[in-house]
Amino acid sequence: MMNVKELSTKLEYTVFALPDPVAQVTDGYTSDLLSDVMGNAAEDSVLITIQAHRNTIAVASLIGIKAIVLCNGRMPSPDMVVAAEQETVALLGTAENQFTTSHRIAAALGIS
Amino acid sequence: MQTIPINTYNSPTVILELIYRLKVKDVMTRSLVSVPLGTTMRAVQHLMREKSITGVPVVSDRRLLGIVSMDDIIQALDFGYINEPVELHMTKNLIVLEDDMPVSFAISYFDRYRYHRFPVLSKDKALVGMVTTRDISTRLLWEINHEVENLERMNQSTKVTDGLSRDIQSFAILKHDFENAGFASTEVKKKLKQSNVFPRTIRRAAIASYELEMNIVVHSNGGRITAEYGPHEVVITSEDSGPGIPDIDKAMEEGFSTANEWIRSLGFGAGMGLPNVRSVSDDFSITSSPSGTTVVSTIRFSDNEMKPKTTKDPTKENETNDER
Repeated sequence: MMNVKELSTKLEYTVFALPDPVAQVTDGYTSDLLSDVMGNAAEDSVLITIQAHRNTIAVASLIGIKAIVLCNGRMPSPDMVVAAEQETVALLGTAENQFTTSHRIAAALGIS
Repeated sequence: MQTIPINTYNSPTVILELIYRLKVKDVMTRSLVSVPLGTTMRAVQHLMREKSITGVPVVSDRRLLGIVSMDDIIQALDFGYINEPVELHMTKNLIVLEDDMPVSFAISYFDRYRYHRFPVLSKDKALVGMVTTRDISTRLLWEINHEVENLERMNQSTKVTDGLSRDIQSFAILKHDFENAGFASTEVKKKLKQSNVFPRTIRRAAIASYELEMNIVVHSNGGRITAEYGPHEVVITSEDSGPGIPDIDKAMEEGFSTANEWIRSLGFGAGMGLPNVRSVSDDFSITSSPSGTTVVSTIRFSDNEMKPKTTKDPTKENETNDER
Protein backbone atom coordinates (compact mmCIF):
# COMPACT_ATOMS: atom_id res chain seq x y z
CA MET A 1 0.00 0.00 0.00
CA MET A 2 1.23 3.49 -0.75
CA ASN A 3 -0.23 6.90 -1.42
CA VAL A 4 -0.55 8.42 -4.89
CA LYS A 5 2.11 11.06 -4.23
CA GLU A 6 4.67 8.40 -3.26
CA LEU A 7 3.72 6.31 -6.27
CA SER A 8 4.12 9.17 -8.74
CA THR A 9 7.45 10.27 -7.23
CA LYS A 10 8.85 6.75 -7.09
CA LEU A 11 7.97 5.94 -10.70
CA GLU A 12 8.69 9.48 -11.95
CA TYR A 13 5.29 10.11 -13.46
CA THR A 14 4.11 13.38 -14.97
CA VAL A 15 1.52 14.91 -12.64
CA PHE A 16 -1.55 16.39 -14.37
CA ALA A 17 -3.70 16.53 -11.24
CA LEU A 18 -3.03 15.57 -7.65
CA PRO A 19 -6.05 16.73 -5.66
CA ASP A 20 -5.46 14.30 -2.77
CA PRO A 21 -1.75 13.36 -2.54
CA VAL A 22 -2.24 11.02 0.42
CA ALA A 23 -5.04 8.90 -1.09
CA GLN A 24 -4.03 5.27 -0.61
CA VAL A 25 -3.83 2.81 -3.49
CA THR A 26 -3.77 -0.92 -2.85
CA ASP A 27 -4.30 -2.52 -6.24
CA GLY A 28 -4.17 -1.88 -9.97
CA TYR A 29 -6.26 -2.50 -13.05
CA THR A 30 -5.19 -2.26 -16.68
CA SER A 31 -7.80 -1.74 -19.38
CA ASP A 32 -8.94 0.63 -22.11
CA LEU A 33 -12.51 -0.59 -22.04
CA LEU A 34 -14.46 1.50 -19.58
CA SER A 35 -17.21 -1.08 -19.03
CA ASP A 36 -14.56 -3.63 -18.24
CA VAL A 37 -13.05 -1.26 -15.68
CA MET A 38 -16.53 -0.58 -14.30
CA GLY A 39 -17.34 -4.24 -13.89
CA ASN A 40 -14.03 -5.60 -12.67
CA ALA A 41 -11.65 -3.05 -11.16
CA ALA A 42 -11.24 -3.14 -7.38
CA GLU A 43 -11.81 -0.11 -5.18
CA ASP A 44 -8.72 1.96 -4.26
CA SER A 45 -7.03 0.84 -7.48
CA VAL A 46 -4.79 2.74 -9.80
CA LEU A 47 -6.14 2.52 -13.35
CA ILE A 48 -3.61 2.00 -16.14
CA THR A 49 -5.06 3.10 -19.47
CA ILE A 50 -4.72 5.19 -22.62
CA GLN A 51 -8.26 6.66 -22.44
CA ALA A 52 -7.34 10.32 -21.98
CA HIS A 53 -10.80 11.90 -21.75
CA ARG A 54 -13.14 12.90 -18.97
CA ASN A 55 -15.42 9.86 -19.15
CA THR A 56 -12.54 7.89 -17.65
CA ILE A 57 -12.68 10.19 -14.60
CA ALA A 58 -16.43 9.59 -14.29
CA VAL A 59 -15.86 5.83 -14.23
CA ALA A 60 -12.99 6.12 -11.75
CA SER A 61 -14.95 8.32 -9.40
CA LEU A 62 -18.02 6.09 -9.49
CA ILE A 63 -16.18 2.93 -8.48
CA GLY A 64 -13.61 4.48 -6.16
CA ILE A 65 -10.45 4.40 -8.29
CA LYS A 66 -7.93 6.77 -6.71
CA ALA A 67 -5.44 7.34 -9.52
CA ILE A 68 -5.23 7.08 -13.31
CA VAL A 69 -1.95 6.60 -15.17
CA LEU A 70 -2.13 7.59 -18.85
CA CYS A 71 0.35 5.50 -20.82
CA ASN A 72 2.26 5.92 -24.08
CA GLY A 73 2.67 9.65 -23.48
CA ARG A 74 -1.03 10.36 -24.02
CA MET A 75 -2.00 13.86 -22.94
CA PRO A 76 -5.29 14.38 -21.08
CA SER A 77 -7.86 16.72 -22.59
CA PRO A 78 -8.15 19.95 -20.55
CA ASP A 79 -11.64 19.04 -19.33
CA MET A 80 -10.25 15.73 -18.09
CA VAL A 81 -7.81 17.56 -15.82
CA VAL A 82 -10.62 19.77 -14.49
CA ALA A 83 -12.79 16.70 -13.85
CA ALA A 84 -9.92 14.94 -12.06
CA GLU A 85 -9.58 17.87 -9.65
CA GLN A 86 -13.34 18.00 -9.08
CA GLU A 87 -13.74 14.30 -8.50
CA THR A 88 -10.53 13.96 -6.48
CA VAL A 89 -8.83 11.44 -8.73
CA ALA A 90 -5.06 11.69 -9.24
CA LEU A 91 -4.15 11.99 -12.92
CA LEU A 92 -0.64 10.90 -13.88
CA GLY A 93 1.20 10.25 -17.13
CA THR A 94 4.08 8.19 -18.45
CA ALA A 95 5.75 7.50 -21.78
CA GLU A 96 5.82 3.78 -20.98
CA ASN A 97 3.24 1.35 -22.32
CA GLN A 98 0.53 -0.39 -20.28
CA PHE A 99 2.52 -3.62 -19.89
CA THR A 100 5.59 -1.94 -18.42
CA THR A 101 3.51 0.41 -16.32
CA SER A 102 1.43 -2.44 -14.85
CA HIS A 103 4.51 -4.42 -13.96
CA ARG A 104 6.27 -1.46 -12.34
CA ILE A 105 3.21 -0.42 -10.34
CA ALA A 106 2.63 -3.97 -9.16
CA ALA A 107 6.26 -4.10 -7.99
CA ALA A 108 5.93 -0.72 -6.24
CA LEU A 109 2.77 -1.86 -4.45
CA GLY A 110 4.46 -5.12 -3.51
CA ILE A 111 1.87 -7.30 -5.25
CA SER A 112 3.97 -8.77 -8.03
CA MET B 1 -34.30 41.36 -42.11
CA GLN B 2 -34.67 37.69 -41.45
CA THR B 3 -34.96 36.79 -37.83
CA ILE B 4 -35.52 33.66 -35.84
CA PRO B 5 -38.14 34.35 -33.15
CA ILE B 6 -36.00 32.94 -30.36
CA ASN B 7 -33.88 35.20 -28.24
CA THR B 8 -30.61 34.12 -26.80
CA TYR B 9 -31.01 35.40 -23.22
CA ASN B 10 -34.45 34.76 -21.72
CA SER B 11 -36.06 31.97 -23.71
CA PRO B 12 -37.17 28.86 -21.78
CA THR B 13 -34.21 26.92 -20.36
CA VAL B 14 -34.78 23.96 -22.67
CA ILE B 15 -34.42 26.26 -25.68
CA LEU B 16 -31.40 28.06 -24.26
CA GLU B 17 -29.71 24.74 -23.58
CA LEU B 18 -30.44 23.72 -27.16
CA ILE B 19 -29.05 26.78 -28.87
CA TYR B 20 -25.91 26.71 -26.76
CA ARG B 21 -25.40 22.96 -27.09
CA LEU B 22 -25.94 22.82 -30.86
CA LYS B 23 -22.97 24.04 -32.84
CA VAL B 24 -23.03 25.83 -36.17
CA LYS B 25 -21.56 22.70 -37.75
CA ASP B 26 -24.63 20.72 -36.59
CA VAL B 27 -27.01 22.91 -38.56
CA MET B 28 -25.03 24.12 -41.58
CA THR B 29 -25.31 22.83 -45.14
CA ARG B 30 -22.14 20.98 -46.06
CA SER B 31 -22.78 20.31 -49.72
CA LEU B 32 -21.38 23.50 -51.11
CA VAL B 33 -21.73 24.94 -54.60
CA SER B 34 -18.77 27.26 -55.11
CA VAL B 35 -16.86 28.74 -58.05
CA PRO B 36 -13.12 29.41 -58.58
CA LEU B 37 -11.55 32.75 -59.49
CA GLY B 38 -11.92 33.64 -63.17
CA THR B 39 -15.53 32.42 -63.39
CA THR B 40 -17.75 34.96 -65.17
CA MET B 41 -20.74 36.56 -63.49
CA ARG B 42 -22.80 35.02 -66.30
CA ALA B 43 -21.66 31.51 -65.36
CA VAL B 44 -22.66 32.20 -61.75
CA GLN B 45 -26.07 33.43 -62.91
CA HIS B 46 -26.62 30.11 -64.75
CA LEU B 47 -25.39 28.14 -61.75
CA MET B 48 -27.87 29.94 -59.49
CA ARG B 49 -30.77 29.12 -61.77
CA GLU B 50 -29.67 25.53 -62.22
CA LYS B 51 -29.22 24.81 -58.49
CA SER B 52 -31.97 27.18 -57.24
CA ILE B 53 -29.59 29.04 -54.94
CA THR B 54 -29.22 32.75 -54.25
CA GLY B 55 -25.58 33.07 -53.21
CA VAL B 56 -22.40 31.45 -54.50
CA PRO B 57 -19.07 31.56 -52.63
CA VAL B 58 -15.87 32.21 -54.57
CA VAL B 59 -13.18 29.87 -53.33
CA SER B 60 -9.50 29.33 -54.00
CA ASP B 61 -7.71 26.43 -52.32
CA ARG B 62 -10.57 26.07 -49.76
CA ARG B 63 -10.16 29.74 -48.78
CA LEU B 64 -13.23 31.92 -49.06
CA LEU B 65 -12.52 35.05 -51.11
CA GLY B 66 -16.01 36.46 -51.59
CA ILE B 67 -19.65 35.76 -52.32
CA VAL B 68 -21.69 36.53 -55.41
CA SER B 69 -25.26 37.23 -54.37
CA MET B 70 -28.40 37.51 -56.48
CA ASP B 71 -28.13 41.25 -55.92
CA ASP B 72 -24.60 41.32 -57.41
CA ILE B 73 -25.94 39.52 -60.49
CA ILE B 74 -28.80 42.00 -60.94
CA GLN B 75 -26.32 44.87 -60.69
CA ALA B 76 -24.09 43.18 -63.27
CA LEU B 77 -27.03 42.85 -65.66
CA ASP B 78 -28.10 46.46 -65.07
CA PHE B 79 -24.65 47.90 -65.62
CA GLY B 80 -23.55 45.55 -68.38
CA TYR B 81 -20.64 43.73 -66.83
CA ILE B 82 -22.23 40.29 -66.63
CA ASN B 83 -19.42 38.74 -68.72
CA GLU B 84 -16.63 39.93 -66.43
CA PRO B 85 -14.95 37.65 -63.87
CA VAL B 86 -16.36 37.35 -60.36
CA GLU B 87 -13.31 38.75 -58.56
CA LEU B 88 -14.16 42.22 -59.89
CA HIS B 89 -17.72 42.30 -58.58
CA MET B 90 -18.20 39.82 -55.76
CA THR B 91 -18.97 40.98 -52.22
CA LYS B 92 -15.68 40.88 -50.36
CA ASN B 93 -16.63 42.35 -47.02
CA LEU B 94 -17.92 39.18 -45.48
CA ILE B 95 -19.20 38.28 -42.08
CA VAL B 96 -18.45 34.67 -41.31
CA LEU B 97 -19.23 32.14 -38.59
CA GLU B 98 -16.95 29.46 -37.21
CA ASP B 99 -18.15 25.87 -37.21
CA ASP B 100 -17.52 25.45 -33.47
CA MET B 101 -19.62 28.44 -32.43
CA PRO B 102 -22.90 27.70 -30.69
CA VAL B 103 -26.06 28.19 -32.75
CA SER B 104 -27.00 31.06 -30.41
CA PHE B 105 -24.22 33.03 -32.12
CA ALA B 106 -25.66 32.38 -35.54
CA ILE B 107 -29.10 33.46 -34.35
CA SER B 108 -27.79 36.76 -33.01
CA TYR B 109 -25.86 37.32 -36.26
CA PHE B 110 -29.04 36.90 -38.27
CA ASP B 111 -30.70 39.41 -35.95
CA ARG B 112 -27.87 41.89 -36.26
CA TYR B 113 -27.01 41.73 -39.97
CA ARG B 114 -29.36 41.65 -42.93
CA TYR B 115 -27.67 38.78 -44.73
CA HIS B 116 -29.64 35.70 -45.69
CA ARG B 117 -26.76 33.34 -45.22
CA PHE B 118 -23.39 33.17 -43.53
CA PRO B 119 -20.38 31.25 -44.77
CA VAL B 120 -18.93 28.91 -42.15
CA LEU B 121 -15.17 28.50 -41.71
CA SER B 122 -13.30 25.83 -39.80
CA LYS B 123 -10.62 26.64 -37.23
CA ASP B 124 -7.97 26.58 -39.96
CA LYS B 125 -10.03 29.09 -41.97
CA ALA B 126 -11.20 26.71 -44.69
CA LEU B 127 -14.74 27.14 -46.02
CA VAL B 128 -16.73 24.15 -44.72
CA GLY B 129 -20.38 25.14 -45.09
CA MET B 130 -23.12 27.72 -45.34
CA VAL B 131 -25.86 28.41 -42.87
CA THR B 132 -29.28 29.96 -43.54
CA THR B 133 -32.14 30.78 -41.16
CA ARG B 134 -33.97 27.87 -42.71
CA ASP B 135 -31.18 25.47 -41.70
CA ILE B 136 -31.44 26.70 -38.13
CA SER B 137 -35.21 26.61 -37.82
CA THR B 138 -35.42 23.13 -39.34
CA ARG B 139 -32.93 21.70 -36.90
CA LEU B 140 -34.42 23.56 -33.93
CA LEU B 141 -37.91 22.28 -34.74
CA TRP B 142 -36.55 18.76 -34.91
CA GLU B 143 -34.82 19.11 -31.54
CA ILE B 144 -37.79 20.83 -29.89
CA ASN B 145 -40.05 18.00 -31.03
CA HIS B 146 -37.70 15.62 -29.35
CA GLU B 147 -37.65 17.65 -26.12
CA VAL B 148 -41.43 17.83 -26.02
CA GLU B 149 -41.60 14.07 -26.40
CA ASN B 150 -39.27 13.73 -23.42
CA LEU B 151 -41.33 16.18 -21.37
CA GLU B 152 -44.52 14.28 -22.11
CA ARG B 153 -42.92 11.08 -20.99
CA MET B 154 -41.64 12.66 -17.82
CA ASN B 155 -45.09 14.03 -16.95
CA GLN B 156 -46.60 10.59 -17.35
CA SER B 157 -44.08 9.05 -15.01
CA THR B 158 -44.64 11.69 -12.33
CA LYS B 159 -48.38 11.13 -12.45
CA VAL B 160 -48.04 7.40 -11.97
CA THR B 161 -45.79 7.70 -8.94
CA ASP B 162 -47.40 10.74 -7.32
CA GLY B 163 -49.27 8.83 -4.68
CA LEU B 164 -46.29 6.86 -3.45
CA SER B 165 -44.46 9.69 -1.66
CA ARG B 166 -41.19 8.23 -2.80
CA ASP B 167 -38.10 10.16 -3.63
CA ILE B 168 -37.55 10.22 -7.38
CA GLN B 169 -34.75 11.62 -9.49
CA SER B 170 -35.09 11.88 -13.24
CA PHE B 171 -32.45 12.82 -15.81
CA ALA B 172 -32.79 13.53 -19.53
CA ILE B 173 -29.93 11.95 -21.47
CA LEU B 174 -29.02 13.16 -24.96
CA LYS B 175 -27.70 11.11 -27.83
CA HIS B 176 -23.90 11.24 -28.18
CA ASP B 177 -23.60 13.72 -25.31
CA PHE B 178 -20.30 12.42 -23.96
CA GLU B 179 -19.70 15.82 -22.36
CA ASN B 180 -22.33 15.31 -19.68
CA ALA B 181 -22.26 11.54 -19.57
CA GLY B 182 -21.96 10.29 -16.02
CA PHE B 183 -24.00 13.09 -14.49
CA ALA B 184 -27.05 10.93 -13.65
CA SER B 185 -24.97 8.17 -12.08
CA THR B 186 -22.95 10.67 -10.05
CA GLU B 187 -26.19 12.12 -8.67
CA VAL B 188 -27.52 8.66 -7.82
CA LYS B 189 -24.28 7.88 -6.02
CA LYS B 190 -24.42 11.16 -4.06
CA LYS B 191 -27.99 10.55 -3.03
CA LEU B 192 -27.25 7.05 -1.73
CA LYS B 193 -24.16 8.26 0.10
CA GLN B 194 -26.30 10.78 1.99
CA SER B 195 -28.64 7.97 3.05
CA ASN B 196 -25.74 5.98 4.54
CA VAL B 197 -26.20 3.03 2.25
CA PHE B 198 -23.29 0.53 2.37
CA PRO B 199 -20.45 1.39 -0.03
CA ARG B 200 -20.73 -1.93 -1.84
CA THR B 201 -24.40 -1.32 -2.56
CA ILE B 202 -23.66 2.23 -3.71
CA ARG B 203 -21.05 0.84 -6.07
CA ARG B 204 -23.58 -1.57 -7.57
CA ALA B 205 -26.11 1.24 -8.09
CA ALA B 206 -23.40 3.46 -9.59
CA ILE B 207 -22.36 0.74 -12.04
CA ALA B 208 -25.96 0.03 -13.10
CA SER B 209 -26.86 3.69 -13.59
CA TYR B 210 -23.62 4.53 -15.39
CA GLU B 211 -23.89 1.66 -17.84
CA LEU B 212 -27.54 2.44 -18.54
CA GLU B 213 -26.71 6.10 -18.99
CA MET B 214 -23.87 5.31 -21.40
CA ASN B 215 -26.13 2.97 -23.35
CA ILE B 216 -28.52 5.86 -23.96
CA VAL B 217 -25.65 8.17 -24.96
CA VAL B 218 -23.99 5.63 -27.25
CA HIS B 219 -26.84 3.65 -28.79
CA SER B 220 -30.17 5.45 -28.54
CA ASN B 221 -31.83 8.56 -29.93
CA GLY B 222 -31.89 9.94 -26.41
CA GLY B 223 -33.85 9.05 -23.31
CA ARG B 224 -34.15 9.26 -19.59
CA ILE B 225 -32.78 7.69 -16.43
CA THR B 226 -35.08 7.57 -13.43
CA ALA B 227 -34.04 6.53 -9.94
CA GLU B 228 -36.79 5.74 -7.43
CA TYR B 229 -35.66 5.41 -3.85
CA GLY B 230 -37.56 3.21 -1.45
CA PRO B 231 -36.74 2.26 2.13
CA HIS B 232 -35.17 -1.03 1.07
CA GLU B 233 -34.08 -0.56 -2.51
CA VAL B 234 -33.40 1.76 -5.40
CA VAL B 235 -35.06 1.08 -8.75
CA ILE B 236 -33.16 2.46 -11.72
CA THR B 237 -35.14 2.70 -14.94
CA SER B 238 -33.69 3.58 -18.30
CA GLU B 239 -36.06 4.49 -21.11
CA ASP B 240 -35.10 5.66 -24.57
CA SER B 241 -36.95 6.61 -27.73
CA GLY B 242 -35.45 4.03 -30.04
CA PRO B 243 -34.16 2.59 -32.28
CA GLY B 244 -34.51 -0.55 -30.13
CA ILE B 245 -32.40 -3.68 -29.73
CA PRO B 246 -33.02 -6.18 -32.54
CA ASP B 247 -31.77 -9.20 -30.57
CA ILE B 248 -31.86 -8.87 -26.78
CA ASP B 249 -30.24 -12.27 -26.17
CA LYS B 250 -27.26 -11.16 -28.23
CA ALA B 251 -27.12 -7.80 -26.43
CA MET B 252 -26.97 -9.63 -23.11
CA GLU B 253 -23.96 -11.67 -24.23
CA GLU B 254 -20.65 -10.43 -22.88
CA GLY B 255 -18.51 -9.01 -25.64
CA PHE B 256 -21.29 -8.50 -28.17
CA SER B 257 -21.48 -4.88 -29.31
CA THR B 258 -22.91 -2.87 -32.18
CA ALA B 259 -20.87 0.26 -31.42
CA ASN B 260 -18.93 1.88 -34.26
CA GLU B 261 -15.19 2.53 -34.44
CA TRP B 262 -15.45 6.05 -33.13
CA ILE B 263 -17.36 4.97 -30.02
CA ARG B 264 -14.91 2.11 -29.42
CA SER B 265 -11.96 4.45 -29.67
CA LEU B 266 -13.37 6.23 -26.62
CA GLY B 267 -13.33 2.97 -24.68
CA PHE B 268 -17.05 2.30 -24.95
CA GLY B 269 -18.80 -0.44 -26.86
CA ALA B 270 -16.96 -3.29 -25.13
CA GLY B 271 -20.16 -5.31 -25.09
CA MET B 272 -20.22 -5.46 -21.31
CA GLY B 273 -22.74 -2.75 -20.51
CA LEU B 274 -25.93 -4.75 -20.15
CA PRO B 275 -24.17 -7.83 -18.71
CA ASN B 276 -22.60 -5.54 -16.09
CA VAL B 277 -26.00 -4.08 -15.21
CA ARG B 278 -27.53 -7.52 -14.84
CA SER B 279 -24.69 -8.82 -12.71
CA VAL B 280 -25.01 -6.00 -10.16
CA SER B 281 -28.83 -6.02 -10.07
CA ASP B 282 -31.03 -7.99 -7.71
CA ASP B 283 -33.86 -7.77 -10.24
CA PHE B 284 -33.33 -7.01 -13.88
CA SER B 285 -35.68 -6.71 -16.82
CA ILE B 286 -35.38 -5.47 -20.37
CA THR B 287 -37.96 -4.86 -23.08
CA SER B 288 -37.26 -3.41 -26.48
CA SER B 289 -39.04 -2.43 -29.66
CA PRO B 290 -38.10 -0.03 -32.46
CA SER B 291 -39.88 2.76 -30.56
CA GLY B 292 -37.68 2.32 -27.52
CA THR B 293 -35.93 0.17 -24.95
CA THR B 294 -36.75 0.02 -21.24
CA VAL B 295 -34.40 -1.50 -18.71
CA VAL B 296 -35.31 -1.78 -15.03
CA SER B 297 -32.63 -2.58 -12.49
CA THR B 298 -33.49 -3.04 -8.81
CA ILE B 299 -30.76 -2.85 -6.23
CA ARG B 300 -31.73 -3.83 -2.70
CA PHE B 301 -29.98 -2.39 0.32
CA SER B 302 -28.46 -5.39 2.04
CA ASP B 303 -28.45 -5.53 5.86
CA ASN B 304 -25.01 -7.01 5.84
CA GLU B 305 -22.16 -5.28 4.06
CA MET B 306 -19.97 -8.35 4.29
CA LYS B 307 -22.31 -10.44 2.17
CA PRO B 308 -21.06 -9.53 -1.30
CA LYS B 309 -23.33 -10.18 -4.18
CA THR B 310 -22.10 -12.99 -6.42
CA THR B 311 -21.18 -11.35 -9.68
CA LYS B 312 -22.06 -14.15 -12.03
CA ASP B 313 -24.82 -16.40 -10.80
CA PRO B 314 -25.86 -18.75 -13.62
CA THR B 315 -29.33 -19.18 -12.13
CA LYS B 316 -29.92 -15.47 -12.78
CA GLU B 317 -29.87 -16.14 -16.51
CA ASN B 318 -33.41 -17.52 -16.45
CA GLU B 319 -34.79 -14.61 -14.52
CA THR B 320 -34.26 -12.16 -17.34
CA ASN B 321 -37.69 -10.81 -17.94
CA ASP B 322 -37.68 -10.78 -21.70
CA GLU B 323 -41.01 -9.44 -22.93
CA ARG B 324 -40.29 -8.85 -26.56
